[in-house]
Amino acid sequence: MHFEYKVEGGDFTQAGYASSQIKKTLKQLGADPAVIKRVVVALYEAEVNIVAHAYRGTIFADITPSGIKLRLEDEGPGIPDIEMAMTKGFSTASPQVREMGFGAGMGLPNISENADSLTIDTEVGKGTTLTIIINFNKV
Amino acid sequence: MLLSEICEIVNGTVVSGESRINQKVEFAFASDLMSDVLTLKVDHFILITGLANIQSVRTAEMSDAPYLLLCRGKEVSDDMLALAKEINVLIIKSPYSMFKCAGLLYGAGLKPVY
Repeated sequence: MHFEYKVEGGDFTQAGYASSQIKKTLKQLGADPAVIKRVVVALYEAEVNIVAHAYRGTIFADITPSGIKLRLEDEGPGIPDIEMAMTKGFSTASPQVREMGFGAGMGLPNISENADSLTIDTEVGKGTTLTIIINFNKV
Repeated sequence: MLLSEICEIVNGTVVSGESRINQKVEFAFASDLMSDVLTLKVDHFILITGLANIQSVRTAEMSDAPYLLLCRGKEVSDDMLALAKEINVLIIKSPYSMFKCAGLLYGAGLKPVY
């Protein structure tokens, strides 16, 4: 199954919509609730990152019997230092993002913790693509 | 603890999810930082927060926390209310501070997540 969702930068009212839809789909498919939670937490953090940092982006979700692959492509400033971005507590978020309850430097580490695989491709001044893989059969 | 008891203890008002008022919850987590909430490995807890925007309801949804206690007399916006009704999240609003809500509920036996 393949799904695509458009995400607009700065639009916090819609942030989480794609995660919510994926959650509903995985529930309907009867996926393990613990795995569903890992998927939606990782996806929601990544979705919020697009809204918080990028101009716009697209989420591609592919669900197979063995797992889910999420690709989040954004047009935005990119990440100059991935190692710093992966450090808990490091953040470049605006005050507006912090007012929404995010931007404390927890997003990428939290995505990494919930994912079986996380790949970050980024180009400064162009954008970032996150690829998140979560297997359904992980014990 | 029954949600109805929680509502009474914090002098609260139920603004969404009234049908859940006779359900029970054992654990609570208090935070204005939604990323912290999203690190929790447990579910079915009540989220105590002063963050009055749609992301607190979204975070409750993603965390499988079907109850939200909104402190400091914050008003529930229309978009929060619409989403809470759609996903059936109970929202109680309280005029008390987050510290007071958490203290009263802890004293009454509601357990911390950790």
